[in-house]
Amino acid sequence: MTTATAPVPGVASPAARRARRKALLHWIAVHSLGIAAALFFVLPFVFVFLTSLMSDDQALTRDLTPNSWHWDNYVRVFHTDGFLTWWRNSLLYAGAGTALVVVSSVPVAYALAKFRFRGRHLSLLLVIAMMMLPPQVVIIPMYLFWAQQMDLSGTLWPLIIPMAFGDAFAIFLLRQFLLTIPNEYVEAARIDGCGEFRTLIRVVLPMAKPGIAAVALFQFFSCWNDYFGPQIYASENAAAWTLSYGLESFKGAHHTDWNLTMAATVLVMAPVILVFFFAQKAFVEGVTLTGVKG
Amino acid sequence: MTTYTLRSKRRRDALRTALFMSPWLVGFGFFFAYPLVSTLYFSFMRYDGLNPPTWRGLENWTYVFSDMPKFWPAMQNTLWLAVVMVTCRVVFGLGVGMLITKIKTGTGIFRTLFYLPYLAPPVAATLAFVFLLNPGTGPVNSFLEAVGIPAPSWFNDAAWAKPALTVLAVWGIGDLMVIFMAALLDVPKEQYEAAELDGASPWQRFRYVTLPNISPIVLFAVVTGIIGAMQYYTQPIVASKVASGVMGGSGVVFQPGYPDDSTLTLPQLIYSLGFSQFNYGAACVVALVLFALSMAFTALLMRRRGGLIGSGD
Repeated sequence: MTTATAPVPGVASPAARRARRKALLHWIAVHSLGIAAALFFVLPFVFVFLTSLMSDDQALTRDLTPNSWHWDNYVRVFHTDGFLTWWRNSLLYAGAGTALVVVSSVPVAYALAKFRFRGRHLSLLLVIAMMMLPPQVVIIPMYLFWAQQMDLSGTLWPLIIPMAFGDAFAIFLLRQFLLTIPNEYVEAARIDGCGEFRTLIRVVLPMAKPGIAAVALFQFFSCWNDYFGPQIYASENAAAWTLSYGLESFKGAHHTDWNLTMAATVLVMAPVILVFFFAQKAFVEGVTLTGVKG
Repeated sequence: MTTYTLRSKRRRDALRTALFMSPWLVGFGFFFAYPLVSTLYFSFMRYDGLNPPTWRGLENWTYVFSDMPKFWPAMQNTLWLAVVMVTCRVVFGLGVGMLITKIKTGTGIFRTLFYLPYLAPPVAATLAFVFLLNPGTGPVNSFLEAVGIPAPSWFNDAAWAKPALTVLAVWGIGDLMVIFMAALLDVPKEQYEAAELDGASPWQRFRYVTLPNISPIVLFAVVTGIIGAMQYYTQPIVASKVASGVMGGSGVVFQPGYPDDSTLTLPQLIYSLGFSQFNYGAACVVALVLFALSMAFTALLMRRRGGLIGSGD
């Protein structure tokens, strides 16, 4: 299949060579910029990690890399009072919260995406309003309710129970996802005599798995990362603290021990980053879905 | 007969809808409508959580707007964040988004590395940056001094605390990168080719082809950024607590905003008024201001066709 016009290696025309050189320079420029940006994003993690392995004395210096590697700093963090309890509380809050939010948000999102009813548009607007509502706006009455009427302050229940009533962000994200499932599937199931509930469970849910995965991830992370909620409801009782809340007090208690504080920081970041590596696709999909029209 | 079945079908449909919507209907009433009305009610009351509330009319409102020393600084900080931090995030996010669409080798690795900081839990990320930027032993200041640039005190200096928070916010632009990347890949290739044939410079191609195509996304990023700036809470409160050396934990009275109210925002003011000064009335006034601001910008998001809820209707 050789033809006369095929470029002979090494004897390219000057124009082609110039074009190739330009392309190469462009490639180098773009990738150098890429590496510079990558350093900006990654170096903070690296410094945190390296500091977490320093000895107590060295952590007080300006050194960047540990002279000797103190992996036992991590053991010391786990032995800190409460650290394991905070870890367990975070898992409980994030795990229960995620399960409740998914179960309670799916039917709502389904109704908003696939039913036609009066007030549908208004409901959607209100879901978005709730999504954009900062939790501090309603915290005074909510705190009074949970602390005074229900006597639940000092626990995480005021944060977990509301999850059983849907989360606006989860509803919105799921609705965006369900919109991408063609109505024909839903209608075909209805014609076959499926009730709405069975249509949802048997037909829609299997197709909505990626959307549900994204919602579950976001919800898990938002509970895991929550600082304000535990600060309001759990601060008075250290046995109910979560990692995100306890971490800050960690620095307080260990004053200048940057090595232990950074080790604890790594331990709070690690689960999130691990989960992300296993579920990268669902995540990016979720960001795109809520960010752009749909 | 037909009207009867039609009506019963309609009733059944309404019942079905109500059933599916019920978790949210309860949630909406209980966690949105009721506390909002209650917040409005308390904004006219003097209440400390112990003694019964007493009616004070507009007293809390005039106190917050004209007498409270911290309200306007908090508003100013919010304005600063909305202008400077949001601009930095959008510009940098767009830049990184464009860069990632140009990178041809190792795209997946670069994208993951650029995205990762966005996932760092806010408390952990803030602690990390207080360490990285600490004036005594922090690597950033060591570097600045090594190359002869005067190193600021970042989180310990009222003039530099907001810029330090901005650096932290710019570090976590993974979300913007992803939505800009999606938008950039949607720009029709023919338009670039046409512009190139017409001899457009790279800047002209960006200005007349890229920007018009992605402007809805830029607008979305700016508006959600402003909403985020008004609601900015965890990072400034953790940074100021840790940098000021206040012990965290229970029973600690902490005045947010260190140093010198430079990082105070409205949600922190609500927290401080409500939970360390027990002035629920004033806290509710600030809460309603924050509510009005948030909803005004949210309305901006929803008005545009093709915006947040464009499809499906």
